[in-house]
Amino acid sequence: MPKLQSVAELEKYRAEILAQRDPAKPCIAVCAGAACDGMDSAAVAAAFVTEAGKLGGKIEVRTTGCHGYCEKGPNVVVTPGDICYFEVQPADVPEILAATLKGEVVERLVYKDPNTGAKAVHMHEVPFYKHQTRLLIGDNPKIDPMRIDDYLAVGGYAALVKALTEMKPDQVLDEVKKANLRGRGGGGFPAGSKWETTKNAPEKTKYVIVNGHEGESAAFMDRAMLTGNPHKILEGLIIGAYAIGAQKGFMYTRHDMPLLEKHVRNALAQAKEYGLLGQNILGSGFDFECELHFDVGIFVSGESSALMRSIEGNPPEPRPKYIRTSVSGIWDKPSNLNNVETWANVPQIITKGAEWFTSIGSEKSKGTKLISLSGNVVNSGIVEVPMGTPLRTLVFDIGGGVRDGKTLKAIHFGGAMGGSIPADLIDAPLDFDGMSKLGAPIGAGGLLLMDEDTDMVEIARYLLDFLVNESCGKCAPCREGMPQMLHILTNMTQGKGKPGDLERLEDLAEVTGAASLCALGKTSPDPLKSMFRYFKPEYEARIPGGSGDK
Amino acid sequence: MSEIVLKIDDKEVKVAAGTTVLQAAQQAGIYIPTLCHHEKLEAFGGCRLCIVEVESRGWTSYVVSCLYPVAKDIIVRTRSEKVDKIRKVLVEELMAHAPDAPELVKLAEVYGADRNRFERKESFCVVCGLCVRYCDEVKHLNAVGFIDNGAEREISFIPEVAKDVCWECQECFALCPTSYAQAAYLLTEALAFPGQRKAAVRAAKVPVATQRIIPIKPVAATT
Repeated sequence: MPKLQSVAELEKYRAEILAQRDPAKPCIAVCAGAACDGMDSAAVAAAFVTEAGKLGGKIEVRTTGCHGYCEKGPNVVVTPGDICYFEVQPADVPEILAATLKGEVVERLVYKDPNTGAKAVHMHEVPFYKHQTRLLIGDNPKIDPMRIDDYLAVGGYAALVKALTEMKPDQVLDEVKKANLRGRGGGGFPAGSKWETTKNAPEKTKYVIVNGHEGESAAFMDRAMLTGNPHKILEGLIIGAYAIGAQKGFMYTRHDMPLLEKHVRNALAQAKEYGLLGQNILGSGFDFECELHFDVGIFVSGESSALMRSIEGNPPEPRPKYIRTSVSGIWDKPSNLNNVETWANVPQIITKGAEWFTSIGSEKSKGTKLISLSGNVVNSGIVEVPMGTPLRTLVFDIGGGVRDGKTLKAIHFGGAMGGSIPADLIDAPLDFDGMSKLGAPIGAGGLLLMDEDTDMVEIARYLLDFLVNESCGKCAPCREGMPQMLHILTNMTQGKGKPGDLERLEDLAEVTGAASLCALGKTSPDPLKSMFRYFKPEYEARIPGGSGDK
Repeated sequence: MSEIVLKIDDKEVKVAAGTTVLQAAQQAGIYIPTLCHHEKLEAFGGCRLCIVEVESRGWTSYVVSCLYPVAKDIIVRTRSEKVDKIRKVLVEELMAHAPDAPELVKLAEVYGADRNRFERKESFCVVCGLCVRYCDEVKHLNAVGFIDNGAEREISFIPEVAKDVCWECQECFALCPTSYAQAAYLLTEALAFPGQRKAAVRAAKVPVATQRIIPIKPVAATT
């Protein structure tokens, strides 16, 4: 593939790709996302390739990233028509191919409502999918992440073209600011303001970073995006670099996911080959390089300042944030870091405009949000809904409610640094500020359902146990406070609660939250604080002699 | 360099821009407790005892003064109900390791800390990192380092380096608030290179009475 020298060459190439593709030709998309892969979707894909090969190219087979409905994997989607087959086994392959050739549907493999038995054939009819707005993850079934041409075929890099040819860097920044895109990594900080800070910082050398560490427990959507559609994130990053005036970018991600590494490495190499990275991108005069970087295996390396130290080659210890990393980050240069999902939102904001983007979502939280749904839920998987969607829709309409016919007790958001709210707050809207006020900030978007049998003391203990192992140990309140809280909670779960334990827990939670150096320590007591707010009687019951707070 | 005026405990203080709040307080003769701070070392922000209340444009926040740079018109309160509570609990947490360390005993008196409030921890180290950082930044020897992370983090002498340099230096022993650095060194010696020092002493024919453990050279006092 010769390097594309101009926008015209890119569009010509895109037209060629599309001309070669017949939208009416059946295509089988086999999900190779982490969950499906775990259920040996590779064997299903291999069977499709072998069997379809015998048909002389009448049916195309594509291995794709995560479709979302992890509960029912291996997932297979047949186009045209988006016919969804679930829990597909290699033995089902000949039947699916035969039916597809005849334009028929294999009834026994389509979705069947567990209560009514009603069937749903097409994606837009399946309850799990039909209540979603899949702006980001919706392309996954259409793309083989190893093929940049697949991304170009769905309009990929058109936003970059628009930015480079029709917009000045300031206009790109303005559009993102107007869109009120808020960081998807946890804090919900406005991305545009962060970009502006880095842009306006006096140093000439600037960096942009994709935070794809995703260490939050029960969050698994970023890896699905990065593995399933790496070019979307890369396109967002290049656009951001153009707006900010950065010459170099880093993709920081997990070291322990071989497939993700393979796809991202390949995407960077392809983008370079096509001239979408490197010198004079598409003849615009804009230069940008991007490097892949891996974490060192501890949770805190996802914290922005620790992440930057890690890129420098230093141990991933957080740095106090009195000077923001957007002003002084990697090697003391202005460094703008955003989460995978934040970057993934950028191309569509440029293509469709801020006005379109702000028409989706709640008053202060715009666009859609990817949510990882797990715990005692019927349908676990990755879900995308507009901000402001009531939790009830997520839990019941999409999630199918609580497993085994049990009652919902609590909803937990934000992993080990999030919070739990009781079931009676189920009508709360999914919104950065609203959920924070309730004490269960969205965080990165891991939603955990808990049924009536859940022991809330045990949950707090479990989450803290995770964090204790992930603390770097630099500052005293985090290093000392968390193990002391864990010790007390462990005693309480073992029936060894003592008078004064609740007061000790409250003091430790307050001081760890107030005095820790980085967000890991600062937010580590948040689950416990939410427990004290909503489930305190369960804690009091573990102390002999009533509340015991003497 | 421009000068900055700020208020610390109702006292107007004028310092150079780039000064930290802790340095500004020290210049004005106002005491803020510290454990991991040393004037010869880069500010670390580990012990968090120097936390203070800062009011800036109507916002109150809690920052560690060893790292927080002074800014125009900020109001610093080195003690408040919340600051005192944070220091009290931090001292209680550290006393779980070293209940009798003199600096902690003194702080416990000031802030009303109970040395028995939390579960005892087996290590006497409070992980202030003075030994590690002094050995690196001042001595450039790196004979002692941090190992492990989180609650498991501790200091450890690196035998290959320590056997050649530590006995001659010993400067970190005096910096250590709990005497753990010295204990850790001697344990390393006993395990990794026992007898080496004694052999050297014998060879040099040093009289027994002068074969001491305490530092031979005086060390610059900590602030």
